[in-house]
Amino acid sequence: MTDILIKNLPIIVVLCPLITSLFVVLIPNIFFSWVLTTLSTFLTFLFSILLYQEIQIHSYISYALGKWMPPIGIEYIIDKVAIIPVIIISGISLIATIFAYKIMPEEIEKKSISKVYSLWLLAIAGLLGLVTTGDAFNLFVFLEISSLASVALVAMGAQKDKQALVAAYNYLIIGAVGATLYVIGVGLLYGITGTLNMEDLTNRISDLNNNKALIAGFGFMIIGIMVKAAVFPLHIWLPRAYAYAPSAVSVLLAATATKASLYILARILFSVFENSEDLINNTLLYVILPLSIIAMFAGTIMAIYEKDIKRLLAHSSVAQIGYITLAFAIGTKASIAAGFIHMFNHAIIKGGLFIAITSLGFYIQKRITINNLSGLGRTMPITFFCFVLCSLSLAGLPLTAGFISKLYLIKATISSDSIWIAILILISSALSVVYLWKMIEVMWMREGRKIVIKENPTIYLSLIFITFLNIYFGLDASLVVDGSFEAAEKLIEDLK
Amino acid sequence: MISSTIGIWNYWIVFCLMMIGLFLVIGRKNFLKKIVGLTIFQTSVFLLYITFGKIKGGTPPILNESIDTIYSNPLPHVLILTAIVVGVATTALGLSLVLRINSEYGTIEEDDISAQDLVDYHDDIETGKSVDLNFNQ
Repeated sequence: MTDILIKNLPIIVVLCPLITSLFVVLIPNIFFSWVLTTLSTFLTFLFSILLYQEIQIHSYISYALGKWMPPIGIEYIIDKVAIIPVIIISGISLIATIFAYKIMPEEIEKKSISKVYSLWLLAIAGLLGLVTTGDAFNLFVFLEISSLASVALVAMGAQKDKQALVAAYNYLIIGAVGATLYVIGVGLLYGITGTLNMEDLTNRISDLNNNKALIAGFGFMIIGIMVKAAVFPLHIWLPRAYAYAPSAVSVLLAATATKASLYILARILFSVFENSEDLINNTLLYVILPLSIIAMFAGTIMAIYEKDIKRLLAHSSVAQIGYITLAFAIGTKASIAAGFIHMFNHAIIKGGLFIAITSLGFYIQKRITINNLSGLGRTMPITFFCFVLCSLSLAGLPLTAGFISKLYLIKATISSDSIWIAILILISSALSVVYLWKMIEVMWMREGRKIVIKENPTIYLSLIFITFLNIYFGLDASLVVDGSFEAAEKLIEDLK
Repeated sequence: MISSTIGIWNYWIVFCLMMIGLFLVIGRKNFLKKIVGLTIFQTSVFLLYITFGKIKGGTPPILNESIDTIYSNPLPHVLILTAIVVGVATTALGLSLVLRINSEYGTIEEDDISAQDLVDYHDDIETGKSVDLNFNQ
């Protein structure tokens, strides 16, 4: 029994939320649909932990779907790289689901809650499928499953604010164009190589250096994925979608959705196209590096001038994605590892910040702008204490997870002889303190109303847990750092 | 040169449709027309795949007695079957969003909607009407 389970783990991780999503929609009761969703995400997390242990032993698992052997059949690949986003997505979705229990019925009418949970699980399944699949076209299908489910989830925010509809619409259109561009790229590659399996694609590409269709296909794929990952000029959909989505959905999307696409970006750059070195080096140097540096500053400056807190956090996400792509763009082993470290840490930091801000929205029942934060630091000490800790982690103060990622990022830039990039990173981090301080100042220094708000344990428990993770991975980062370095080694080994 | 340009006329059709679709998505301000553009854009990609799969004189891939039969590649068609399903789902979701937008805003023109949104946004932030606290404890 356990043998069969272990053998089929790569597909079970994806199927577990996918199948439960079909059952959740049938349950009319809010509580039981939540219980089933939690159970499903918990099992998914458990399976990904099992998968992590398997990876420590075998370091590479290839699963042939339906016993059709790759490269003809669809293959699911879990290796030391893929396990990082799997753990991030399943872990964060468990925390977000527990958090959703109290928040969800506040913002969505009772009769549609079970449907929302169904979409919720569908989005998680799509994201997990995205990172586990080893087939380029299968990847597109999961890309669309996750993004259609997320669009519908964002649109559920319309009961609170009608702008959610426009946000969801823009997300849908931009996302669909991105996914279609990706399909064009896959089509061109299929036309010249005759395969869709990523590993097979890697081998067959090696004979085709400087083929124009190859370069065009690569461009289409990269741009398509960059849209989904919200890399700088293609990030337009992100702030609105995160700001107007229902609170629990913002937590889920902010912490997981772009991470999966960033992982796909890394995989296309360093694994699928490993044999076209000129192409990759030029792309990294002339496209991704400048865009990431602009993203770091543009995102931060937009955040400084923003007054709506959820949008502010979304703009800051754009900047943080900039750090991750910057780390990939430098292209050394240490920097790619730093990218993965920051991917993990950013998931727990942004998850924590969004949970803190949206539980605040639960208490004040309106859109959260900088003005109505005033004085709330004293009336809701637990929420704000966690909020401040997560903010410090985002700014990169020592003893927090954010510090570890900044440390490794700067170490990597210095060791690759690009001091000026390290300086730019430091400046942008310093600027991020401006918008964080702006919020903290209003909360703690300004006089608020003299009322006591009783904080709800079901809400702050998940917040405390995620804040604890921020501190824990700041004190003992060996788990994340080792995992990331192993992943980077795997990718670089591919590249050489 | 000319014969090879005309010889790949199917690709020309694909890329014309692709550009028309993309232009509609980017250039039009009407939400419904954007979806029409998106559908054209996606359809052009379906045609691209099907063009790849076709060989002149190729037959459907059914095993034949004679040795020198040329088979067309069936895989692109199957892929496109999947992509069509995805495209239909996208269009359906987009149209339902447009319906909801129309009933909430009373218009589906991007400019009118963003004008309305801008007013709401500044109302919320400047007048501070959202400061009122409402407790559910």
